[in-house]
Amino acid sequence: MEKKELIVRENILGSNKKVAAEIRAELAGRGVLCVNLMSSPGAGKTSLLERISEKLAAGHPMAVIEGDVETERDAERIRAKGIPAWQIVTGGECHLEARMIGRLFGKLPDKLEFLFIENIGNLICPASFDLGEHLRCVLLSTPEGDDKVKKYPEAFLTSDCLLITKSDLLPYLSFDPESVKKEALELNPKLRIFVLSALRGQGLDDFIAFLIERRAELASVHA
Amino acid sequence: MHELSIVSGLFDILEEKAREHRAKKIVSVTIKVGKLSGAVPDLLVSAFDTYKEGTLAAEARLEIISLPVKTKCGHCGREFEPEHHLFVCPGCASQDLKILEGMDLFVEKIEFEV
Repeated sequence: MEKKELIVRENILGSNKKVAAEIRAELAGRGVLCVNLMSSPGAGKTSLLERISEKLAAGHPMAVIEGDVETERDAERIRAKGIPAWQIVTGGECHLEARMIGRLFGKLPDKLEFLFIENIGNLICPASFDLGEHLRCVLLSTPEGDDKVKKYPEAFLTSDCLLITKSDLLPYLSFDPESVKKEALELNPKLRIFVLSALRGQGLDDFIAFLIERRAELASVHA
Repeated sequence: MHELSIVSGLFDILEEKAREHRAKKIVSVTIKVGKLSGAVPDLLVSAFDTYKEGTLAAEARLEIISLPVKTKCGHCGREFEPEHHLFVCPGCASQDLKILEGMDLFVEKIEFEV
């Protein structure tokens, strides 16, 4: 019996990254901006998508992929708005992976400008898995508390946008949005930060304008 | 707890390399785990020990080398390890930083019996 040592130096998540890169390129080629929404459960991802669909979908066709451990509930809520939506039920898995997104590709409508992916409600695991998105947004809702950024750094470090949600509750909570912004920018100075309320509509127009601008940039590069 | 997914990715690589090198047995595996990779070393070992049953790596040891976070300042070029998740250059206070290392997980070394 002979022993042999092999130096490898390969990225363990390399196969996920490869699939994600293919998805990103394919969607960019079609002029579709892909947005990955990450947060803890209950931060308001689905409610935000409902409000976005009301304001965006008439002029800018969108579709939604929903990730959950169980139930079709979220996809049903989005479909009720007249938006094509597919539910990925992971049955226990705590995050989505690029291959799960790739499998739904054949179902995407031809006329599409935005694909939103609502990740599993979890502020830890989804951060490690690239889904092929062009824009990664992490949501932090005000009732969760203003100390979360440095407790869960990877989600904030790998995101392009921070959405502070449920801003309508600010008068009733000790949540300090300025301290969250400061900590988030110390961690990731490139973060674009939006403070919004899906319930009352505050800040939504700014975020939607930002999405439309990003989509236009993507489409012009790949025209 | 996504360490099982990570270990499943690791086994894809191990199986491919074992086939290529006609290995009879995998004796040890060394991986490098970035401090900001989101993976917990103890949980990786548990996941590895669960996954390895019935594979060529059934008796293998998983060695983990922790990789610190390394950043480079885009303004003054200084390389440093940020403390307390404070991504500010200690030399010139710039926040224009590039993360060089510490976000990813790598297979470093595999020891086989052939």
